[in-house]
Amino acid sequence: MAATSMIGAAVKRREDPRFITGHGQYTDDIKLPGMVHMAILRSPYAHARIKSIDTSKAKAMAGVRAVYTGKDLEGKVGNMPPVFIIPDANFKTPAYPVIAIDTVRYTGDQVAVVVADSPAIARDALDQIDVDYEPLPVVVNEEEAVKPGAPQLHSDVPDNVLFHWKIAGGDPDAAFQNAEVVIKERFIQQRLIPNAMEPRSAVARWDPGTGELTIWHTTQNPHITRFVFSLLNGIPENKIRVISRDVGGGFGSKIDTYPSDVVAIFATRDLGLPVKWVEDRRENFVGTIHGRAQTQEAELAATRDGKITGVRVKSYANMGAYTSTGPAAGVPTWLFGLVVPGAYTIPNAQIEVIGAMTNTTPTSAYRGAGRPEASYLIERMVDRLAGELGMDPVELRRKNLIPADAFPYTSATGLVYDSGNYQAALDKALAMVGYDSFRQEQRQQRQQGKYVGIGFSTYMECCGLAPSRLMDDIGFQAGQWEVGTVRLLATGKAIVLTGTSPHGQGEETTFAQIVSDKLGLPIEDIEVVHGDTGAISMGWGTYGSRGNAVGGSAVYLATEKVLEKSKKLAAHLLEAAPEDIVAENGKFFVAGSPGKSFSIQDIALQANLAWNLPDGMAPGLEENSFFDPLNFVFPFGTHICVAEVDAETGETKILRYIAVDDCGVVINPTIVDGQIHGGIAQGIGQALYEHAIYDENGNLITGSMMDYVVPNARQIPFMELDRTVTPAPQTPHGAKGIGEAGTIASTQAVVNAVVDALAPLGIKNLDMPLTPERVWHAIQQARGGSNGH
Amino acid sequence: MYATDFAYHAPASLREVVALLQQGDPNGGEVKVLAGGQSLIPLLKLRMAAPAALVDLRNVAELRGISEEGDGVVIGAATTYFQTIDSPVVQRRCPLLVQAISQVGDPQVRARGTVGGSLAHADPAGDLPAVAVALDAELRAVGPNGQRTIAAKDFFVDLLTTSLDPAEVLTAVKFAATDRPHTGTSYQKHRHPASGYAVVGVAAVVMLNDDGTVQAARIGVTGAGAHAARASGVEQAIAGKTLDDATLTSAVASVTDGMELMSDTYASSEYRAHLARVLTKRALLDAAARAR
Repeated sequence: MAATSMIGAAVKRREDPRFITGHGQYTDDIKLPGMVHMAILRSPYAHARIKSIDTSKAKAMAGVRAVYTGKDLEGKVGNMPPVFIIPDANFKTPAYPVIAIDTVRYTGDQVAVVVADSPAIARDALDQIDVDYEPLPVVVNEEEAVKPGAPQLHSDVPDNVLFHWKIAGGDPDAAFQNAEVVIKERFIQQRLIPNAMEPRSAVARWDPGTGELTIWHTTQNPHITRFVFSLLNGIPENKIRVISRDVGGGFGSKIDTYPSDVVAIFATRDLGLPVKWVEDRRENFVGTIHGRAQTQEAELAATRDGKITGVRVKSYANMGAYTSTGPAAGVPTWLFGLVVPGAYTIPNAQIEVIGAMTNTTPTSAYRGAGRPEASYLIERMVDRLAGELGMDPVELRRKNLIPADAFPYTSATGLVYDSGNYQAALDKALAMVGYDSFRQEQRQQRQQGKYVGIGFSTYMECCGLAPSRLMDDIGFQAGQWEVGTVRLLATGKAIVLTGTSPHGQGEETTFAQIVSDKLGLPIEDIEVVHGDTGAISMGWGTYGSRGNAVGGSAVYLATEKVLEKSKKLAAHLLEAAPEDIVAENGKFFVAGSPGKSFSIQDIALQANLAWNLPDGMAPGLEENSFFDPLNFVFPFGTHICVAEVDAETGETKILRYIAVDDCGVVINPTIVDGQIHGGIAQGIGQALYEHAIYDENGNLITGSMMDYVVPNARQIPFMELDRTVTPAPQTPHGAKGIGEAGTIASTQAVVNAVVDALAPLGIKNLDMPLTPERVWHAIQQARGGSNGH
Repeated sequence: MYATDFAYHAPASLREVVALLQQGDPNGGEVKVLAGGQSLIPLLKLRMAAPAALVDLRNVAELRGISEEGDGVVIGAATTYFQTIDSPVVQRRCPLLVQAISQVGDPQVRARGTVGGSLAHADPAGDLPAVAVALDAELRAVGPNGQRTIAAKDFFVDLLTTSLDPAEVLTAVKFAATDRPHTGTSYQKHRHPASGYAVVGVAAVVMLNDDGTVQAARIGVTGAGAHAARASGVEQAIAGKTLDDATLTSAVASVTDGMELMSDTYASSEYRAHLARVLTKRALLDAAARAR
């Protein structure tokens, strides 16, 4: 271990200078000679039969190279496959053609594709395609979709039920029968749109000489998309190179492989020209996955003195029109079910989820995926129970939080929580907000007619997606290990390869810190390479807060191997025993004799020259490490929101926002804080602003940045952050994940605060987003319908 | 996000602008004036507007600038928002413009958007139309038949519709100055959290008597109805009165009378009417406080 630790150092993100000076290389920056441009005609109907498509006018336009319909591609490319098939759930796999063939099933479904010499010509040509649609009945709501008589989307998905599963632990029925108190609530997890800053895009280039496909592509997991392209486009996996070096955010929406990319690959092979496709923002709203969209019936059983004895949930999950080729049914519903009991010792739990197909954009994982839906449910229910029992919500939480000495803790749903000290995070957050005096101040403010409330979220989450063996059990058609490669060149510079695919997470910095810390190499001498299947052997990508927990662990272990080999070589050169070698600040010397040493650069040179290696040592200084942990990691913390409601207009103002998070050992505190900031911003977005609304005809009526509220700096409060550190026992560096925690923790803190503010009016629950009008109506209703003047 | 093809003209004189508008498109297509482009360019990119030609005002120097003229301030139609609020004359004589324009869109919009562009576009949720109404603006236009002046209350006709003829171009706007004794102004806005437009915006000018009662008031409301309108009923109801809570509450009840209230997923017509009442009250109180 180096004496000067890079672990925990606030190193500035090394990737930022190129981004903020305009030198990032996003997919749209790729310009190839002879490149042509693709545009997609999308359905204006949510559900319709395609009676005919006339592409002749478009094909006749100058500069148009090709027009493809679903029928043109039928049999030539495969259907989009589901990646998550939940076992024991009567899971259906309806056909998902890359371009709709006879029927369109959501507004935005792909109907035809034009390839032309310029993006403008391609766009003009879309207007020249005549499609004769016969509209069909539409269903957009998840509960309505599974009722008898609802419009049917797929003939092989009766009642639109894509899947139906139930898990239970303990004896939930007995818990509810014997409960002294039972509370019930209905929560609507409104549909959200991920809205990554960079829309999706692809540049596909077929090389007829080598039979190789190169695709620059906005993905969070290039190796997975390589596999899917191979399967669908019939190109051997070793003849495909996927490059996704700079990707402008994803929030889960770029995990999926999309039909657009498959068509671009088809087109480049068909035309023998490089093909570019860039999604525009309007298209992104309908053509890229959505998130959340669940309606939940929740029940909590408890004793009168506030011990929670059971939780029961039935949730309808809106899966959209097709099973997206991504987490889809998996993470957003399955992981949801597993973490419903949250941070509490709830011995009995039952969770049932019905996946409904609707005439809407397919849903999949959006930041947090499943865990925000669960965390919101349990944290809102705990507040509801506190209200019901007349208990302080903090006191109720203390009574039920898993004690620090109970870890590893096995939950009623069978998860084994790795480590935690939930009380410590809560105590810290309470001290920051000054809770001792808060309630008295609140009483005074209420007397002055002010509606000020406080909301708590003592959340836990489950991330660091791995282990592979568990993925099989839950139906994910993939592995979840990672490989890290650390290679030292003769000049003492290092190349680090990772199969994770950062798209904003800053791993070019954090992974370099891990290597620098261990080897004593200057961080500027370490290059982290990601997002290129041509350079990196394998990897499963970046999502589920797994980048550092899994990918960083693999890099850590590979670095350890490099260190071991370096020590052996140093021992040889110093004519000492390897166990006597000390490595410190990049110097290798015999313990007690630092005067005579070799630097890591010396070692790298010697290893690469191989002039004087000990017998049996292979040349070079490069190590691989494969890492597949035995468990998830479980970050946690306490978020507290203080909010004031303007009872006259219904507007909510966040007065203070406090977050104490524990993600284990922190590699880079600035990056961790940034992840928390962004996560909280998106969580506040769900609580107060964001809502993808469909009308009854299946039109997305919040389909632009003019209507769909992505919060900006004006709407996000100053955040007071702190942390506790409870190392992860199963990762070598002790780090957990932090990419999603802010989103998982924050939404309910805000809603709990608003409901607490309005508690004097008897308001117990509000549906998100808490728009001013909604809150105003609730206040009106609570006051008995007077107009408030 | 590619517009349909259009011809682009950027003449240097108002005379040429009018000639181009009068000449029109040989195929009968629409010829639109481009004055900053903060509304028109997005519409073009979405293909919700597909004019045959654009006449850009960017090179027409005579349409820019700010001057004092008697009891008012005259602002050239192609003057940007930033140039307007940056002007000491505007700051001194029409602080309401500064208060309202500071809340328009974001810095990029204020850097490129123009006073005349906003008024001629007549977005029902634009901020400036309410101010024009409250500041009794005179809108000056030039067309094939020469120059004419239109009062703000007659300018906004319907959703995105003004009383300008297709071949007329807005050249300047004269806003009434409010730097007089016992006069205060205020703009109160419920900002749409996504678009930044006014869900409802209320601009008020209040002139008080020495005893603190209202001598006269002018109120412009935007966002609630299909176009910005003057709330004459409220103005009359508070004339001669002290702005106590009871007076205000009863006066603002009529603020949306005669308006065709808009409704969308963010705010129903009921909520818009409520906001109009609350914001009118707040604007009047704030303006009165500034008048003292």
